[in-house]
Amino acid sequence: MSTLTQDQIAAHDEHHHGAPKGIMRWILTTNHKDIGTLYLWFSFIMFLTGGAMAMVIRAELFQPGLQLVEPNFFNQMTTVHGLIMVFGAVMPAFTGLANWLIPMMIGAPDMALPRMNNWSFWILPFAFTILLSSLFMEGGGPNFGWTFYAPLSTTYSPDSTALFVFSIHIMGISSIMGAINVIVTIVNLRAPGMTWMKLPLFVWTWLITAFLLIAVMPVLAGAVTMVLTDKFFGTSFFEAAGGGDPVMFQHIFWFFGHPEVYIMILPSFGIISAIVPAFSRKPLFGYASMVYATASIAILSFLVWAHHMFTTGMPVFAELFFMYCTMLIAVPTGVKVFNWVATMWRGSLSFETPMLFAVAFIILFTIGGFSGLMLAITPADFQYHDTYFVVAHFHYVLVTGAIFSIMAAAYYWLPKWTGHMYSERLGQWHFWCSVISVNVLFFPMHFLGLAGMPRRIPDYSIQFADVNQIVSIGGFAFGLSQLIFLVLVIKCIRGGEKAPAKPWEGSEGLEWTLPSPAPYHSFTTPPEVK
Amino acid sequence: MQNQPNQPNIKSNRKLISLLVLGCLAMFGFGFALVPLYDVLCEKLGINGKTSNTASNYQAITVDKNRVVTVEFISQVSTGMPWKFEPQTKRLDVHPGELIHTTFLAQNLSNRLIVGQAIPSVSPGQGAAYFNKTECFCFNQQHLAAASRAELPLIFFVDPQLPESIHTLTLSYTLYDITDKQLASAIEQGAAK
Repeated sequence: MSTLTQDQIAAHDEHHHGAPKGIMRWILTTNHKDIGTLYLWFSFIMFLTGGAMAMVIRAELFQPGLQLVEPNFFNQMTTVHGLIMVFGAVMPAFTGLANWLIPMMIGAPDMALPRMNNWSFWILPFAFTILLSSLFMEGGGPNFGWTFYAPLSTTYSPDSTALFVFSIHIMGISSIMGAINVIVTIVNLRAPGMTWMKLPLFVWTWLITAFLLIAVMPVLAGAVTMVLTDKFFGTSFFEAAGGGDPVMFQHIFWFFGHPEVYIMILPSFGIISAIVPAFSRKPLFGYASMVYATASIAILSFLVWAHHMFTTGMPVFAELFFMYCTMLIAVPTGVKVFNWVATMWRGSLSFETPMLFAVAFIILFTIGGFSGLMLAITPADFQYHDTYFVVAHFHYVLVTGAIFSIMAAAYYWLPKWTGHMYSERLGQWHFWCSVISVNVLFFPMHFLGLAGMPRRIPDYSIQFADVNQIVSIGGFAFGLSQLIFLVLVIKCIRGGEKAPAKPWEGSEGLEWTLPSPAPYHSFTTPPEVK
Repeated sequence: MQNQPNQPNIKSNRKLISLLVLGCLAMFGFGFALVPLYDVLCEKLGINGKTSNTASNYQAITVDKNRVVTVEFISQVSTGMPWKFEPQTKRLDVHPGELIHTTFLAQNLSNRLIVGQAIPSVSPGQGAAYFNKTECFCFNQQHLAAASRAELPLIFFVDPQLPESIHTLTLSYTLYDITDKQLASAIEQGAAK
């Protein structure tokens, strides 16, 4: 091989230059950009599917009383909405972004394990087909909440629970493979000169996220397996009659569940840390502190799980421990928020759509963080627990947090992906419709919760009627606003103003040294990083 | 192929992948290890309200006549189980160290044999370790023939070491129907023979 001339090598490369045609391109692909695209489209389809379920929920809650659906179907909607949004929309969107961006950001030709990459995507559609098909089975789909607390998921669950368990297994395997791929890529495929403290923050945050995934997805797999054997094979992990303990389910679940919520927000921090400097035309303030803050959030995430369980009758000492640890997380998170604000301070700001979403992220995610602090206060939590206040809190951090950052990322890198500028006018429409409706949707939920409206209930007493109507209107408006985004993306793929290699003047990073659209194979020779 | 700068990495890739896969398997194991860990921690720290499953020995200990602890009894029957099950005395004032005898009443309201298992729990949880049973129906399964009834004995004493801050102990029993499980294991044993 070493006798090949440069010309021969070039001719050899020529064969691999373009993408193959037809459907088999997508099924057999091992290309990180193709797989990234598949992940992103899949996540968007799931976002709309889970969104449609949210519409059913909000339509039922538009008025007190039971109008449209049976309570059992309502429970299935809240459960599957949660599962789809967590495992189908947010996590695959981040994996898709990781696939598209990490190799380009670190100057690698592709992900380190391209075939496994193909597999980790292609098992996902099967997982969600299984999950969604269970809705149409006798006895219905999962109706025990996305947290599937025992004994709801064991003693009282429908027969389709086995399918729920298998679909979670497949999703877990997919995420773990994705995480292994990300770690190996980042550790082994960085371009020469790309030292650890030169990594873009999106890469850093994803590296830490991948470690979190590897640490907790197997625990989730264990928890669903225990539910499966308790329900079908007579074990008693969570059944008191056989010596088990249903409260133990919550400990195991939240040992997974709390790091999981950081899995869904750490990559957002990386995205915002890329976009805010670009549109402030200033380097990021406090790069190193951002890295350390991300790592400390990840470590602390293992020490706070029981703040989801304050009302289960824990000893006071444990409640105080988990309360203080939870409050401690506000410190590194605060470091991040202040760093972003300091980056914008005296910057030369412009407000294109990615920046609008990023600024909205900073403000609205902080609101979600503050309601999190309120929930962390043990005695107060006894009032807030299982009310709409909790629903408001986690939708602020997940919708205006995670989803808004994914939107920001999509706008920011769309020119690089498609080679076309998106329609800024449509983008502005999408942003303003979304940001107004999302607050009409979720902000009043705080008041509903404080007034005592419980979550996961298809009916409510009439004093909550007015506010629920406002919330539902906000919900429908937010759902419809996302169709603007769909139109915008399709238009941007089909055509539009030609995007230069670096469409944003303030942006930094190796991905902007590539032409737009990024060639099918990039960085076959590693770039030199100074 | 030598044009690809990343080829030498295959070895280090393999090493890293095996470490990560090993980490995954370890965490899967850890998930299951949490089960015994949970029981041990609860028992050692005495935090879950679980009382001992074995009879304690009552040796003549000094009864603390100056102190009175209220012991309350609660009973629940799991959903759908056709039994009546309640304490004959709902509350008792006892001196720590005193051996107390009380009974629960169980009645099978159905027309078939049902096997029940009572699971105790003490509240506040920190008091559980000081609640000692020398005899309890919860140590055994209860077989009740159709429409029959039984008096179930409970003999206990409260350890005089009980923290001063605890004035009331509530003992709750939940009764579970384990007839099916019993039948299944009986059939299994029969098949094995």
